[in-house]
Amino acid sequence: MATQQVAESVSDVDVSGESLGITNGKIGLWTFLLMDAMTFAGFLAGYARLRWTPDSNWPNPFETFGVTGIQLTAFNTFVLICSSVSMVHVLSETIRGDLERARKWMVVTIVGGLIFLGIQGFEWTHLILEKWPYLVGGGAVDYNLNFAGTFLSLTGFHGAHVAIGVMYNIIIYLGLRRGKITQENSSLIELAGLYWHFVDLVWILVFTFVYLI
Amino acid sequence: MSTETKYGYLAPLTEKSRKSAVHYAKEWFGSTDAKRIGVMYVIFALFMGALGALLSVFIRAELLHAGPDFMGPDFYSTLPGMHASLMIFFFVIPIYTGLGNFIIPIQIGAPDMAFPKLNLVAFWILPASGMMLLSSYVFNAPGFGWTAYPPISTSAFSPSIGADLWNVSVILAGVSSTMAAVNFLATIFNMRCKNMSFFQLSLFTWAIIVTSLLILAATPVLSSALIMLQLERTFPGAFHFFSPAQGGDPILYQHLFWFYSHPAVYIMILPGFGIISEVLPTFSRKPIFGYSVMTWSLVAISVLGFLVWAHHMFTTGIALRVRVGFMFLSMIIAVPTGIKIFSWLATIWNGSLKFDTPMLFGLGFLSMFTLGGLSGVVIAAVPIDIQLHDTYYIVAHIHYVLVAGSVMTIFAGLYYWFPKLTGKTYHETLGKVHFWGTAIFINVTFFGMHYLGMKGMPRRYFDYDPQFEALNFISSIGAFALVAIQFVWLFNMLWSLKYGKVVGRNPWKDGTNLEWYTTSPPQHHNFPEAPVWTPIDRSHGHNTGGPKRDADQLTEPLPAE
Ligand code: HEM
Ligand SMILES: [Cu+2]
Repeated sequence: MATQQVAESVSDVDVSGESLGITNGKIGLWTFLLMDAMTFAGFLAGYARLRWTPDSNWPNPFETFGVTGIQLTAFNTFVLICSSVSMVHVLSETIRGDLERARKWMVVTIVGGLIFLGIQGFEWTHLILEKWPYLVGGGAVDYNLNFAGTFLSLTGFHGAHVAIGVMYNIIIYLGLRRGKITQENSSLIELAGLYWHFVDLVWILVFTFVYLI
Repeated sequence: MSTETKYGYLAPLTEKSRKSAVHYAKEWFGSTDAKRIGVMYVIFALFMGALGALLSVFIRAELLHAGPDFMGPDFYSTLPGMHASLMIFFFVIPIYTGLGNFIIPIQIGAPDMAFPKLNLVAFWILPASGMMLLSSYVFNAPGFGWTAYPPISTSAFSPSIGADLWNVSVILAGVSSTMAAVNFLATIFNMRCKNMSFFQLSLFTWAIIVTSLLILAATPVLSSALIMLQLERTFPGAFHFFSPAQGGDPILYQHLFWFYSHPAVYIMILPGFGIISEVLPTFSRKPIFGYSVMTWSLVAISVLGFLVWAHHMFTTGIALRVRVGFMFLSMIIAVPTGIKIFSWLATIWNGSLKFDTPMLFGLGFLSMFTLGGLSGVVIAAVPIDIQLHDTYYIVAHIHYVLVAGSVMTIFAGLYYWFPKLTGKTYHETLGKVHFWGTAIFINVTFFGMHYLGMKGMPRRYFDYDPQFEALNFISSIGAFALVAIQFVWLFNMLWSLKYGKVVGRNPWKDGTNLEWYTTSPPQHHNFPEAPVWTPIDRSHGHNTGGPKRDADQLTEPLPAE
């Protein structure tokens, strides 16, 4: 098809003009992350505003989650950070040309993301069934309902990001396995890594706000 | 690289599409050529703008006389919001994206946008989301204005699915516009031709950079507010961010909404500023006055634009200290805007002016937009705004900035680039008729609204006190005439497509940017080989090294080495 031809040849055209010396994809991803960060900023601003008003009756997070709950999530945070580290290994092994090991690290990263999602799902079920039964038709509670609302929306929105990240990583993994991603186009892994680190960073903010302070 | 053809990017690419219009259309719908996508944006936006104008005719028909005339209050209350949503999210913002798609890659000497496929996806989200917006009329369109303040927009007061459709459609339009912004930034940052450094970029390109950054930083905040609103609507048992009955905070929504929507007014005018900065030098046959000051004031406007949102909330009971701060910052924005106005005046000062239609729209913009800016400073003052908020004075203000501002720049751009887009001239006399009709009827329609607002006529109301009848009658007649005169433009465009004279590369003779260097219409990939820009000397006589040229010299890029 001729239109296809146009699209393909565009990327062939030599754009050796003035460029910032990085790929288009990287600029695209950074600007996307700016956008995504602002979306989280919107949610976090809403959280802050609802929590820090004079008579918000905000429940104490330690009481709601319990010490075990907070420790579980701290462990989960640790898992996510570890998967960020293993993502760094994927990239460096690919650049070095050891695709075998890159693939293994990628499996580690993916499993890390899945563990995170699993623990979060467990935590959600527990909280909804035991602490906030009103969400599933149980009786009413007398504290500020926004505690649960902001918790679910913030961690849910972040969880969706993790889920997308896991899928992104699986695609990269398949690319590695089929030999479509090699040393030459390791920048594809770099992009996935940027996204993954971003998701990690945002989680640290969310964790601090929602659980710790 | 295909050989140059007379029809450039318009020419069908395959034998099949040469023979059948259906195949030709299909080829367009799937094309990743930024120029074709740009044209699709423009046509789509114009179509949605026409629907928006139709709704405004309904509004003005109802307000022709005091008392109920044509419709019920429930239907009426859907009109202001749907009119505004159509005009803002589906007309002004996308039409600038469309012009940018066409012009930006050419102005920076690139073959296409950085992400052609993303570009196509960003475009196609819009018709889908536009359909959702319109289909809300099938299910009870929302009656909460384009601002959708809770609690009226919560499921308790707007239970219809029409409101959900509105909400999701606006979120999708935001997604599309952020995708376009990502694409523009990657394109402009990374695909400039040789020697096209940042301070060689045209001011239109600069305007698109700044607008894209505004879109990236502001639109997601609206999305998060609307997502929260949607959660609250869909799961009223679980989420209560905004509804005061359950401990939510309706003012929070307003903060998030205006954190987007004040920058959004600049999203709706800065590309227009860029167009004016192209048109005025071309028809004054002088370089733009104060190029670097012009770029820095664009940046200043966009930074300040994030610090003034609460001037929309002076009557919500926020602390006086806060209001005074926002009042101060809002007034400061007039400074960089004033710098731009005066630089444009200095550009035409002592020039040898040509009064072609784009120039007329440029001058019309300059004089009438300034009125809207002035009324903006008036309502930025807290005590005055407490009196004027939610009256017709506000309606007058937004229409002086958006119709006498943005819409004028859009027409300036559409006339200015028409020969480039189509390879044909338009009919000059009809263009002049269109300009004078538009300029006069804008004032007939909107000027009296200042007075109505001062006297206390509230906006978005179905009925009004009979003492306001005379001015409302005049305004309605003006609005009908304003809409009617647009048919002159429509006829002109269609007629010229067929009968316009074929033009060369630089029909205005004084165009100095790269788009005037390539063929009209441009070929796929814009240039036969990557151009090399001859830098413009902006050193005021302290030029050092390298070939340079004066800013008013025609663009003749150096041959590629
Ligand atoms: C034919 C030209 C137009 C006419 C006659 C017209 C008429 C009106 C009227 C009568 C209202 C007031 C509704 C009310 O609150 O009672 C209104 C509101 C509004 N219009 Fe227009 N309009 C036109 C073009 C535009 C354009 C091009 C834009 C955007 C670029 C626009 C943006 C708005 C906005 C933002 C509001 C405020 C809506 C609200 O706050 O509810 N209008 N228009
Ligand atoms: Cu504002």
